[in-house]
Amino acid sequence: MSTAPIHDKTKEHVCWGGGCQHTQHHRLEVVDLSIQYQEVRALEKISFATECGRSMALIGPNGAGKSTLLKSLAGLIAADSGKILWRGEPLTRSSHELAYLPQRGDIDWNFPITVRGLVEMGRYPNLGWWRQYSRHDAEIVERALTSMELGDLQNRQISALSGGQQQRAFIARALAQEAHVLLLDEPFTGLDKPAQENLSRLFKELTAEGRLLIASHHDLQTVEGNFDDVLLIRRHQVAFGPVSDAFTKNNIAAAYNSELRTEN
Amino acid sequence: MPTITDFLAEPIAKRALLACLLIGFSNGFVSAFVVLRKSALKIGTISHSLLPGLAVAVLIAGLSQWSALFGAIFAALIVGLGSIFLSRTSRLDQDTAMGVLYTTAFAAGLLILKNLDVRQKLDEWLFGSIIGMADSDLWIAFGISAIAVITLTALQRPLLIYLFEPNIAASLGVPVRLLNYATFAVTILVLVSSLQAVGCILSVGLMVAPAATIYLLTNNARTLFWGGGLLGAAGSLIAFFLSYPLGWSVSATIIVVLGTFFLLAYIFSPKYGLFSRRRGVA
Repeated sequence: MSTAPIHDKTKEHVCWGGGCQHTQHHRLEVVDLSIQYQEVRALEKISFATECGRSMALIGPNGAGKSTLLKSLAGLIAADSGKILWRGEPLTRSSHELAYLPQRGDIDWNFPITVRGLVEMGRYPNLGWWRQYSRHDAEIVERALTSMELGDLQNRQISALSGGQQQRAFIARALAQEAHVLLLDEPFTGLDKPAQENLSRLFKELTAEGRLLIASHHDLQTVEGNFDDVLLIRRHQVAFGPVSDAFTKNNIAAAYNSELRTEN
Repeated sequence: MPTITDFLAEPIAKRALLACLLIGFSNGFVSAFVVLRKSALKIGTISHSLLPGLAVAVLIAGLSQWSALFGAIFAALIVGLGSIFLSRTSRLDQDTAMGVLYTTAFAAGLLILKNLDVRQKLDEWLFGSIIGMADSDLWIAFGISAIAVITLTALQRPLLIYLFEPNIAASLGVPVRLLNYATFAVTILVLVSSLQAVGCILSVGLMVAPAATIYLLTNNARTLFWGGGLLGAAGSLIAFFLSYPLGWSVSATIIVVLGTFFLLAYIFSPKYGLFSRRRGVA
């Protein structure tokens, strides 16, 4: 595996050190990833490489395969061909180091669970079915709640939160999981302006402490400023690179203009 | 008419009382899973398909607890898997396929049972007969309740994550497929145990109403399981003592009592009731 910088805009930072000894940036590399749903090709030959400390926007029209890509990175959908390398090893199944945050619409907000209960779910990879929830676990959950400013709201049922607070509760769950990589499906959707700005500030904090964020995103106006890199897809890959290089008029047009073809 | 104390002195009444407690508790406990999984309608379908399974089992092997159990499981599998197969191999969705399959199976079961020479009257298959329970029935009910409570308690941590959001669960490494099979098996077992008490039509109520009521009162999923169990047992107990002096059928009274609890919670729940201000939010 090459340890050369992903591209010349690699940021100076330290990788997130929660429980892991490392001497180099954790690298996520996707090589020629293709996914097929029955007869329909959902993703075709997606390739990119990024590393801890960066944020990446996943851009493309509806049906372009953004959610599919996030799910396959989370280990929820198997690839038909190609591979996903995380820290140089093929990612074959779910790992606690990658956290998946579904779209708001996929969540049952009436589920009888409090904010704290949701965050505690993040300890599952460590606890398994029966291991006792320890003081160590409680401390990690406490820290996650505090860093997402949810300490006072921890006993609320999750529907009794604002949209921004709900999003932070799910990020806190990922932090409790001690995830290095956060895979977020449309995190900005349904948030009002102040909540969006707050979330974008949180994104910067999370990448500054060395986490890798990959988020599908539909608002083309807010890509710049929120993300370091961008991956434009419409089933196949249109462009990948730092926002300033890859997020060009031509590439956006190539991703969005004209009807989406049905490729068999 | 003898007084209730005379009646309670009878072994048959003691057995029925114990059966009410056991079956009420295990069904109430499992109802938490059914409510969180939002599968009340599916349970209704499966419980109806138990009837033809029983009928065929009686036809082949004669009437016994084991033949009834296997017949019921077999029928539930046929309808459950059959509907998946039908929906995959045609343009129908699974609910439609299930709707056709289970009513057909149910009707066939009615015809078979009508023409069979069995002790049990058709009414008892349909609406249950808790008074007619033998000691061995009670042991089976006890065994099934124990299996249900132990399994769902042991699996609680992964199960709750799975019920909350299957994708998050899978990404955390929860064995989703294993949970599916285990909970399906427990559900069928508990349904079969309630068949004798409340019959295959009313069993849905016993397996949904308790946790549906607690759902309106709590934000703690664990409370839903134990509270559902306690409410199921309490409701069945109350129904048992109500039904005797009133001369009502025990099974119908159980469901009416549980339905009344549900209605009360719906109206008066401090947090999520009709009169609660936060209703829209929560």
